[in-house]
Amino acid sequence: MTLRRLGIYSAALVISAWVAVPLLLISIAAFTPRDVLYQWPRPLWPEQFTLETMRFFLRFTGVWQSTLNSVFVAVLTIGLAFAIAAPASYALARFRFRGRDSLQLAILATKMFPATVLSIPLAVAFIRWHLYDTLLGVALVHTALSIPFVTVIVTSVFVGISYELEEAAMTLGSSRAQAFLRVTLPMALPGLAAAGIFTFVLSWNEVFAATILTLNHRTLPALIVDSVIGAGAPLHFRFAGGFFMIVPALIIIFLIRRYLLTLWGVTVR
Amino acid sequence: MAEIELRSLRKTYGKVVAINDLSVHIPDGEFLVLLGPSGCGKTTTLRALAGLETLDRGRILIGGRDVTLLAPGKRGIAMVFQSYAVFPHMRVFDNIVFGLRMRGVPPGDQRTRAHEVADLLQIRNLLDRYPAQLSGGQRQRVAVARAIVMRPDVLLMDEPLSNLDALLRLHMRAELKRLHRELRATTVYVTHDQVEALSLGDRIAVMKEGEIIQCATPSVIYDTPANRFVGSFIGSPPMNFLSGTVAGADGSLRVEVAGTVLALPPRAHPAGGTPAQVTIGIRPEHIAVEFSAVPAAVPAQVSVLEPIGSHQLLTAQVGADIVKVTVPPEFAAEPGRAVWLRFDPARVRLMDPATGQAIAVS
Repeated sequence: MTLRRLGIYSAALVISAWVAVPLLLISIAAFTPRDVLYQWPRPLWPEQFTLETMRFFLRFTGVWQSTLNSVFVAVLTIGLAFAIAAPASYALARFRFRGRDSLQLAILATKMFPATVLSIPLAVAFIRWHLYDTLLGVALVHTALSIPFVTVIVTSVFVGISYELEEAAMTLGSSRAQAFLRVTLPMALPGLAAAGIFTFVLSWNEVFAATILTLNHRTLPALIVDSVIGAGAPLHFRFAGGFFMIVPALIIIFLIRRYLLTLWGVTVR
Repeated sequence: MAEIELRSLRKTYGKVVAINDLSVHIPDGEFLVLLGPSGCGKTTTLRALAGLETLDRGRILIGGRDVTLLAPGKRGIAMVFQSYAVFPHMRVFDNIVFGLRMRGVPPGDQRTRAHEVADLLQIRNLLDRYPAQLSGGQRQRVAVARAIVMRPDVLLMDEPLSNLDALLRLHMRAELKRLHRELRATTVYVTHDQVEALSLGDRIAVMKEGEIIQCATPSVIYDTPANRFVGSFIGSPPMNFLSGTVAGADGSLRVEVAGTVLALPPRAHPAGGTPAQVTIGIRPEHIAVEFSAVPAAVPAQVSVLEPIGSHQLLTAQVGADIVKVTVPPEFAAEPGRAVWLRFDPARVRLMDPATGQAIAVS
């Protein structure tokens, strides 16, 4: 009993440390003065902190433009993913139809397919369709990546709202569409918002497709990877960029964490 | 106000037959209870009437108008759901006027009518609350208010009391009966609780496997069940069934049960004649218990005596059959004791053991 609990707690500790320690190190390094960063041996906890590194990063050419690009791509992704996944989720949640289970499985199975394999054909296809190096192209790939998540989350949101409520609205004179708009949608809104924010984080952090498919119109992660690998950006720049990338994701996940838990809880059931 | 006519309804889900050729006429203002075990098609019938299920075939007429293909909101019905289906994101007031808003009733009238029904259901002080702040019984009242504020021709209720605790259920049952007396809307009420059915219904339609077995007033259903199923489904404890042999039918009908010959009123001869073997159905309150052998009393042995407040329930063994008898609270008999059971001949129901169908009194 106690041994079992000890095991669970130590596992939890290891997993938490695995996630938290890098975040902590990056955050510390992002505010460490440049000369301290290059010292050897480097102190674990620097004596003084500075905003100089962050300032340097934010003044770097293209950072603000890339941030804007990232936000644009993320918003477009949310719009496209919801336009496709939300109706599918509603159908999966409300109707029993032939092939429903296999469809649900197929949506998740796409996540097992390594996106790397697709990179060359995708780049070729995008060049052919004049989508290469456009933000729309990146948004399309991000949409494809996020549809499974959005479908799973939104389906569980709709499943959680009793169909009897819509039926009650219909017996009271609503059409099917009115019943959805006046009863189901308002109740689903918090869950939909959580799914939207989750999609935002997914797109904001996505680096692979963004790097492969753009040259001049970089999103922020692509820009950072490019400047690190291609231009050999200095250590402090990397830390500042990493920190800048992490913060929005952290804040958002912190805000919606309770939703994500309940949502996935419903999905598991 | 409207009469309802269901004509040869049929509904299947794949290979499962939910409703199999169901027809019934419900006169204006009647309170009809659809009663049956789970899976008998009663809820499907109600939902088809509401327009929430599409039928395989059959027609539904409300007030002489064919509504078979109309949307739920266009049938002049209102429905109370088992789960209440009160909108959680709206205040009680907005819940009640939801239907009126959908109909485009002016806001002033909405308010007056909402207050009217809120008074009727004694929820006037709850109008500003959200459903999450209400008890189960209060939510139930909101659901009923939301339905009757529409002044529907037809009120449909799907097991509205099944989620309430026993005391509240008793109270709401009386409330629903009062409401029906005041509103006189044609009401179709689905339940699996035979006590609810007996106390509320003007008529009860007992259903099994997608068909109506018997549709009649509560007293007819209780006293003269159409077959063994109805007798065993209604009444608590249900009707007793014993096997008997027809000993003669000269003038009165004589049936032998456990060695005793009972003289019973004559029966109409069913097609194929009265069978030699019959099943005797008798309700627990129509049996008298004697401590000594009297003519035409069936010998039995006491096995259990259970006090249940207003009376006691005696379980006795008659040959291979078990018989339940209601006896007064002061009755005393130790288990194993021999007793004689006197059946009220006017109350004995005979059934064909092969089909379970009752053999009518001639």
